[in-house]
Amino acid sequence: MATFTERMAPVLVLWLAVFLSGTWAVDKGNFKTCDQSSFCKRQRALKPGESPYRALLETMELTNTRLTLQLINDNNKVRLLLELYRLQGNMTRVKINELKPLKPRYEVPDVLIREPPTEPLSLLSQDENGVVLSLGAESQRVILSARPFRLDIMEGREVVMSLNSRGLLAFEHLRMRKDTSQADPEAEKKEEADPAAQPEAAKEEEKDEDGMWEETFKSHTDSKPNGPSAVSLDFSLPGVEHVYGIPEHADTLRLKTTENGDPYRLYNLDVFQYELYNPMALYGAVPVMLAHNAQRTTGVFWLNAAETWVDISSNTAGKTVFGKMLDYVQGSNETPQTDVRWISESGIIDVFIMLGPTPKDVFSQYASLTGTQAFPPLAAVGYHQCRWNYNDQEDVAAVDAGFDEHDIPYDYIWLDIEHTDGKRYFTWDPHKFATPKEMLQGLSDKKRKMVAIVDPHIKVDSNYKIHNEIRSRSFYIKNKDGGDYEGWCWPGSAGYPDFTRADMRDWWASMFAYDQYEGSMKNLDTWNDMNEPSVFNGPEVTMHKDAMHGAWEHRDVHNMYGFYVQMATAEGLIQRSGGVERPFVLTRAFFAGSQRYGAVWTGDNAAEWEHLKISIPMCLSLGLVGISFCGADVGGFFKSPNTELLVRWYQAGAYQPFFRAHAHLDTPRREPWLFGPENTALIREAVRQRYTLLPYWYLQFYHAHRTGEPIMRPLWVEYPEDPATFALEDEYLIGRDLLVHPVTEEGARGVTAYLPGKDQVWFDVHTFQKHNGAQNLYIPVTMSSIPVFQRGGSIIPRKIRVRRSSSCMMQDPYTLYVALNLQRTAEGELYIDDGHTFNYEKEFIHRRLSFANNVLSSVNLAPEAQFSTSSWIERIVILGASKPSKVLLKTDDGQESQVEFDFDASMSVLTLRKPGMNAGADWNVMLQ
Amino acid sequence: MTSCQTQYLLMLLLSVGVSAVEVQRPRGVPLSKRQFYEEGKPFTCLDGSRTIPFDRVNDDYCDCKDGSDEPGTAACPNGSFHCTNAGFRPGFIPSSRINDGICDCCDTTDEYNSGAACQNTCRELGRKERESLQKMAEITKEGFLLKQQLIQEAKRGLEEKKAKQADIQIGKKDLETKVEALRTVKETAEQPEKEAKERHLKAWEEQKAVIQMEKDKAKMAEVLSELDDDADGSVSVAELLSHSELDPDSDGSFTEAEAQGLLGGVDKVDSVAFESVWNNIKDKYTSEQANTETPAEVETPGEEIRETPSDNDSEQYPEDDIPEEEEEDDEEDEEEDQDDGDYKQSPPPTQTPDKKDEDDEGTMPPFDQETQNLIDAAQEARDAFDEAEKALREVDDQVKNLEKEISFDFGPNAEFAYLYSQCYELSTSEYIYRLCPFNRMSQKPKFGGSETNLGSWGHWAGPEDNIYSLMKYEHGTGCWQGPNRSTTIKLTCGTETVVTSVSEPSRCEYLMEFISPAICQEPPSLDAALHGHEEL
Repeated sequence: MATFTERMAPVLVLWLAVFLSGTWAVDKGNFKTCDQSSFCKRQRALKPGESPYRALLETMELTNTRLTLQLINDNNKVRLLLELYRLQGNMTRVKINELKPLKPRYEVPDVLIREPPTEPLSLLSQDENGVVLSLGAESQRVILSARPFRLDIMEGREVVMSLNSRGLLAFEHLRMRKDTSQADPEAEKKEEADPAAQPEAAKEEEKDEDGMWEETFKSHTDSKPNGPSAVSLDFSLPGVEHVYGIPEHADTLRLKTTENGDPYRLYNLDVFQYELYNPMALYGAVPVMLAHNAQRTTGVFWLNAAETWVDISSNTAGKTVFGKMLDYVQGSNETPQTDVRWISESGIIDVFIMLGPTPKDVFSQYASLTGTQAFPPLAAVGYHQCRWNYNDQEDVAAVDAGFDEHDIPYDYIWLDIEHTDGKRYFTWDPHKFATPKEMLQGLSDKKRKMVAIVDPHIKVDSNYKIHNEIRSRSFYIKNKDGGDYEGWCWPGSAGYPDFTRADMRDWWASMFAYDQYEGSMKNLDTWNDMNEPSVFNGPEVTMHKDAMHGAWEHRDVHNMYGFYVQMATAEGLIQRSGGVERPFVLTRAFFAGSQRYGAVWTGDNAAEWEHLKISIPMCLSLGLVGISFCGADVGGFFKSPNTELLVRWYQAGAYQPFFRAHAHLDTPRREPWLFGPENTALIREAVRQRYTLLPYWYLQFYHAHRTGEPIMRPLWVEYPEDPATFALEDEYLIGRDLLVHPVTEEGARGVTAYLPGKDQVWFDVHTFQKHNGAQNLYIPVTMSSIPVFQRGGSIIPRKIRVRRSSSCMMQDPYTLYVALNLQRTAEGELYIDDGHTFNYEKEFIHRRLSFANNVLSSVNLAPEAQFSTSSWIERIVILGASKPSKVLLKTDDGQESQVEFDFDASMSVLTLRKPGMNAGADWNVMLQ
Repeated sequence: MTSCQTQYLLMLLLSVGVSAVEVQRPRGVPLSKRQFYEEGKPFTCLDGSRTIPFDRVNDDYCDCKDGSDEPGTAACPNGSFHCTNAGFRPGFIPSSRINDGICDCCDTTDEYNSGAACQNTCRELGRKERESLQKMAEITKEGFLLKQQLIQEAKRGLEEKKAKQADIQIGKKDLETKVEALRTVKETAEQPEKEAKERHLKAWEEQKAVIQMEKDKAKMAEVLSELDDDADGSVSVAELLSHSELDPDSDGSFTEAEAQGLLGGVDKVDSVAFESVWNNIKDKYTSEQANTETPAEVETPGEEIRETPSDNDSEQYPEDDIPEEEEEDDEEDEEEDQDDGDYKQSPPPTQTPDKKDEDDEGTMPPFDQETQNLIDAAQEARDAFDEAEKALREVDDQVKNLEKEISFDFGPNAEFAYLYSQCYELSTSEYIYRLCPFNRMSQKPKFGGSETNLGSWGHWAGPEDNIYSLMKYEHGTGCWQGPNRSTTIKLTCGTETVVTSVSEPSRCEYLMEFISPAICQEPPSLDAALHGHEEL
């Protein structure tokens, strides 16, 4: 069936093209396949075999922090330099560059939060075949074999990961173009004089292939003045059948093998109406892959910002379940293995091998390299109302009033590109948005906020201040001939500021100052769209690879452009408040490290059930590689959802980290109250559930910020030994304690949720019904159902007084939901701060709530932190409880008082009425 | 002013009077529910679900499922708070808006513990509202009077139209009779015309046949003499052989045997026997004269062709050059273009007299006088009939238009009838919008560009109790990727008829605000109430 569908896809596209004027499907012809990308084609033509690379052990140097040695390619005698580091936190870094490149090759800056601290490597043994190095304790070793060169990372007697074991290490050394090198005798002389550069090059002349020095796609020619420069390396993962990550792709959570199609592609692109379940590149790229089996989780971070392709193959991929069982029964000694191969167009090989061994270790390892999720202001965790476009100030006021009239909370209303004066960012349409401060003040009076879009393409217009300044400072990216690069985007002809320059980013940040960005106020945040960058008339709707960022080609930095745009914008928002306020910036393009600057969304999706469904694996994949603040356009961007889809999308979106409704300009209005009172009520309820859970969501963001763990996480992260969870992507966990199985099928009458944990129980958060773990549970659903379960053993704080916006709820009291496990214990946390400033670094409340031996207590986890709240505990709901004879509250001043309670015997729910203690205080509640 | 607003006004006026006396009751409870909250007595949730001690009313904990125990706090998710708003109109707000830092009640009572600095704006709001309501009331009053005139006008208009309709109906009957009579006359005249024409045509066909036969004979004689080289009055095999084009199998060799075969197996035929031979060879035979005089070239310009006395001329051209045209025009041409058939043989119609003589058939002779007279008479009858029929059609259209207008839903009293066949415009910075009620809505760019149809009259689209408050225009020009354009017209009461705004809330869905007296509702007699209020 799968093959059938795949084969039918082009036919379908054609059909759509003919019958729907070609508007509803990606035009695949606009984007390259591996075959059309010359370096991918060249590299992929190399087949596994014996590697031509040999380690020159005599060149080995081992210092306290690193090992270096040279590799030689026996075919062309070009030498590479290998650097090997043991990093703190159980990581290994492998760096390979040309020993003496003709000119420097690009090494990605600014992504690592610091130079990763190293730990000593020690030599265990050495002979002419290789060396063995210790990676510290736990009998973890690296075996470096010399001929051919390969690396094996061992844990005891088992291989965890091998590099170049399939001989696919390839390094296209920089070279002189043959027709020009003869015309340049000095260069030749230099080569002769410096035998190390091209020592025995003449021995085996490498043939120039098509596409090495120039490449044409559609009408665009890529002049390649530096010639071929690709790098490639293979990784083998014995015992691994599940790999994840390398977003962004509209594909399953568990990555597929790519032998029968194109590799997964990482190249930030503005893909118009993207197609689902394929490896095509999308808006963002995070070159991080996780490998998992029941014993261990590892990760590979391939730090390269050029166009990258990732091939995955597996020795079990073709096997049926029956075949695998047969292997098992017959004791087949072939262990399952996944092989991965990374190919990048330029730069160097710089790989971080994260050795886990638990999923959370990998998250923390990756976080130690690239940082954690920015801690957003609380408001950004609320609901966002967006549309392309809210037409004018009256429209904004009317939509704002609509939310009040229908009693639906929201925090941010958004303005898309039409709010500007002719798509000149940082400006306002003089007629439609004549008095932006009045508008923003109006929102502020209701404790609400706004996001306005600021894209990186700048209208070429000598009457536009931003353009003039960028041009006069020569901040624009240059074309290959040295002039300012110009492309076509929303404003017409546009320039693209060179965000890779720190001075440019500083200047850009300064443009967000209140006196520079006229009409802006404190409650205005920013949305960076089109930052792949999108160039309507460029190759693959993006920038020419031979455009220049100073000395570097766009080719080298492409996947980082959006990362830098968001970085500079977030910095601007921080600076305008004097470093006080936490910024909120949404980006469409991203790279490794983007989590430090704000939120991402899955781009221009469509109002289709399949798009609702795929929002889950897409955000799960992002969460695994550090980007937790993820969401999809609720309702779908293109096309118009039917009412059922819209309601279901709200219900699903309410339980995803970034919760924003958005719609295309050409679609009919779809504010939540436009579909009849019944549907308004359903949407209202979904949004209200989001707001009651804000304390839990906010705590999850705090955790993500502190640890790098994903907020929205696949079940296997918490149940790593349960293979039944490894491929689940229709349900997920928020933090550890909430399991969500959204309804994503049209006309669904029920869903089947897998509740994990052999000795665990789960409580339906709506009915308090208790269910056992390690089972597939069928849940009948109606239109109002959002299947969500709280883990037995957890305590979740909520604020059930839902108000107009999150900041209206700041002082409100908490209700604690204590769900007991089979041992009649539970644990949870409570986190409180001011919700919007960087003072949280010192001023916050962080408490551990725990229930054991019939005592619920609150203990301070951060005694050094200062913060006081007027919020109090208004109610404690204990699920799975038995009836006490009395309940005593003991506060920190030693006072004891009796607490009234209500016991529902049918559901075993004990509700403590108004215990009333301050949420920041120490207290004990005793059930007797 | 809608009836709803009128009620507010009344309520406002009443409440101002009552609230002057503050009655003790728990916070957030409206006067109407005061009796359920009795100080010191157990409180029963208003849904009857449970009874709680009175000190749990407004104790900031939600005990009742219906939220009724916390009218003055935000504790219940589904509660509501009553603001007295002395000086303005009282109202309920969701209890989630109590102490949220935002001033909702103009009397500030919702923010009693949030630190929000609220100003009591009730008096100011009350004054403004009274002013605007009063103004609305005046407009409504005046508008309603205008509406009465519109209703009268519409009534008169309707009567006129009905009268006109009746007149036309009578005229139409006469016309119908006339048309029928003229039809009979026409048909009566056409029958003899048809017969006479057929006769004429038949005679002409016969004559043509005779001419054809004579020509054939003459030709045969001519050929005979041409072939008869020895002038013995008969044709021999040898004489025949000089005409290789007669070779029956066209194999390039015309044998004696073949020639003999052509002559019916004999060596020689006389002029009588030649007649049967002639029938076999006439299609192939090429005149010796022609052979010598005309070069073999066929593609000669028309000029030369005309000069070439070719027998086949008139038969070839119609076939080769104008078959389609002939077919298409066949029926039409039958009567009128009797000589056209010849014109079309191309090139010119200016045939010289001698050329005409050479033609095989020539043109059909003109109708004889008798036939022509019949034709003229029939034509006259036809013209008269056509004219009458056209007049009837016009009357029919008039009737239809009138019927449409009369049956149009112009409101309960046809008060919207005056908008029919009018147009109203609004000019914005970019466009001129044009509404022609009950017809269409359009948009034209101010600075060049063509008009866009924003929808044709669809239906009244207001809510059930006020269906005439909205008009819907549908099926306008289609939008790229979107629906067909449509416009909703929102009507409000006013003394003028004017478009006040146009917007596009959703792509290609327009909203127009339109003021008309026709939507004004009868104002209640407010004078007394207003007067009474001012004394307060």
